Amino acid sequence: MTASIDTFRKETRAWLEANCPPEMRKPMTREDDTYWGGRNATYSSEPQKVWFERMRDKGWTVPHWPKEYGGGGLDGEEAKIVRQEMAAIGARLPLVSFGISMLGPALLKYGNDVQKKEHLPKIAAGLIRWCQGYSEPNAGSDLASLQTRADSDGDEFVITGQKIWTSYANYADWIFCLVRTDFQAKKHDGISFVLFDMASKGVSTKPILLISGKSPFCETFFDGVRVPKSNLVGTLNRGWDVAKYLLQHERAMISGMGERGGGRPLGQVAANAIGVDDKGRLDDSVLRGQIASFEVDEAALAAAAERAVDLAKAGQAHPAFSSAMKYYGTELNKRRHELLMSAGGIDALEWESSRSHEGHAARSWLRTKANSIEGGTSEVMLGIVAKRILDLPGA
Amino acid sequence: MALVLTEEQTLLRDSARGLIGEKAPVAHMRKLRDDKDVTGFSRDLWRTFAEMGFCGLLIPEDHGGSNLGFVEAGVVMEEIGRTLMPSPFFSTAVLGASALSRGGSGAQRKEFLPKIADGSLIATLAVDEGAKHRPVKTRMQAVRSGNGFRLNGAKALVVDGHVADLLIVAARTSGAPGERDGLTLFLVNPKSRGVAIERTTMVDSHNAARIEFKDVDVTSDGVLGEVDQGGALLEGILNAGRATAAAEMLGIGEEAFTRTVTYLKERKQFGKLIGEFQALQHRAAHLYTEIEITRAAVLKALQALDADYGKAGFAVAVAKARAGTTTTLAVQEALQMHGGAGMTDAFDIGLFMKRARVCQELFGDANFHADALAQSKQY
Repeated sequence: MTASIDTFRKETRAWLEANCPPEMRKPMTREDDTYWGGRNATYSSEPQKVWFERMRDKGWTVPHWPKEYGGGGLDGEEAKIVRQEMAAIGARLPLVSFGISMLGPALLKYGNDVQKKEHLPKIAAGLIRWCQGYSEPNAGSDLASLQTRADSDGDEFVITGQKIWTSYANYADWIFCLVRTDFQAKKHDGISFVLFDMASKGVSTKPILLISGKSPFCETFFDGVRVPKSNLVGTLNRGWDVAKYLLQHERAMISGMGERGGGRPLGQVAANAIGVDDKGRLDDSVLRGQIASFEVDEAALAAAAERAVDLAKAGQAHPAFSSAMKYYGTELNKRRHELLMSAGGIDALEWESSRSHEGHAARSWLRTKANSIEGGTSEVMLGIVAKRILDLPGA
Repeated sequence: MALVLTEEQTLLRDSARGLIGEKAPVAHMRKLRDDKDVTGFSRDLWRTFAEMGFCGLLIPEDHGGSNLGFVEAGVVMEEIGRTLMPSPFFSTAVLGASALSRGGSGAQRKEFLPKIADGSLIATLAVDEGAKHRPVKTRMQAVRSGNGFRLNGAKALVVDGHVADLLIVAARTSGAPGERDGLTLFLVNPKSRGVAIERTTMVDSHNAARIEFKDVDVTSDGVLGEVDQGGALLEGILNAGRATAAAEMLGIGEEAFTRTVTYLKERKQFGKLIGEFQALQHRAAHLYTEIEITRAAVLKALQALDADYGKAGFAVAVAKARAGTTTTLAVQEALQMHGGAGMTDAFDIGLFMKRARVCQELFGDANFHADALAQSKQY
């Protein structure tokens, strides 16, 4: 470990200690604890605002992005230290957005200069909130069969069709969207990746009620939406490359949910809820074993996530490895919530009461069932691993 | 520290893989088994290990070693796992070297460490007594007698106990079974009067012994570390063993997996390669994921031992528990996917299953370590 890295860690620790408000070091319990940014964003508290603004001004909403785009200009090692030091004090993310976790990496790789200068700084500063237009009613796991059409008309595309599972489409300012620009080509070869304003004429959204209740998901309809051709990212009809690259980042983000966990260690949550025997052991010996096994796997997954970053830095990462991590991370998160429900017992069953934070435990449990569906099902992930990593025949 | 092997560690892996692949493929282990070899390993190969510096990886340079670390020892263990090579590396170069480096007096270090490094002495740890690994429940008694102690008790699963030149024995000098305090480690010459060694032939055809101690006298020079305070020293040695055993298990699991994936690409049924069936593809992909996650956990534990030997307990428990479940899954899936061929003795895959079962029990199975983790987190 070099001296400069040591110094960087010390400085980071000191800066976070001085700048992260105590309220922003507590586990998040409510939906509005997450700050998403955007044109219509409001802060749920003063500390949330202060924390966001300080991190934004330091470039640490996106520590590893170049400074010219509003990032912190940190290298991989430094960005890892920032994450570790934030985790060490339980600091919340100051800004969560699909611009940071999904579109940004794709724009950095495939966007032209104009697009990068226009969009990346607004993502870093939380000015524009993005949504993702990928799935369609008849294009789920088989995403490449999507049918939303973009017809050429002079300098514009005219977009017509329907998307589904568009998270927060009703709050989003812009959308990154997969459209079909060639209906004759093979399904993967006629797709393009375009950006447009959700305030455009012809865009409408409708929220979807899930088994967990109100959800961020929407159906999104496009009826002759006119989009400048300059908003095409990458090459016409090569949008699938961009889409796949972005999906790797989306899967990495979703797999991280198991690793970050839901705040307090599961064993302690259960001990508080159920009680312990005279030896200090959880008063449900079978559940205790299940939780212990879960915590073993959780710690191992955290190590694997750390190793994945280090492998990428060393140029040894397999590009499809994020599929393995997405698969494992989401299955683990489902396990966590099954165990939380078991630990919570009767208390975790309440659906509508302030005592239960409006059914937080039960709704979260149900919501996690989508983890292994959204962003590519577990079965699709396993198929990708079988084909691209294990090279199994006909996969 | 980055959670990947350094360039030097990769070179070490390549040289270990080259040597072991050439001199000790699975056929080597099979021949020792079929010949009913009295030592159960190759002394020639052990000398080669010493010449290549493997025996002294964990030994300071002033005692003839190379003073590397647990990551390096794990790298060698993983390669040993791949070919199921019987070798005193674990008992001597890991357990013996750790025990004496960490707990030895100046005289003890000077007497034994150079001999471990040059391959002339085989050492091992005698800790287990019952059917399961429960070091805190150690019953074996060491009672003060004259200038030393008199030992009575019995040990099991003493790795390489039948060929060892030095036994490191955990015994109770005070307290009752179940208490953490009151343990002391002793250096015992296996040729001492009252030591009876029975080589145990086990399911994996590797090397271990049951050892009885009847009124065995040890002088006070034979105490390793402090009297009554051996618990922490023992736990450190066990953690060194657990993390490197986890590395061996990783090698066993990944080799079983690699052979299975190869088989899926060769074997035809219903006019297709069986690897084309999605039922098998998904199981293989799941297993791949488990192995890669375990690989990270094992490396994390080895690095943790190198970084702060006394504080690696959590990472080691995670690694040994994960290695236990992952490798068990790997060998079970390997056997099932090999079909009837996997059930035959002529086919190697069953040997991996046998070795994995022993490694699972060695120094605590997955349940033991999950339980330890729960205890450490107070639930």
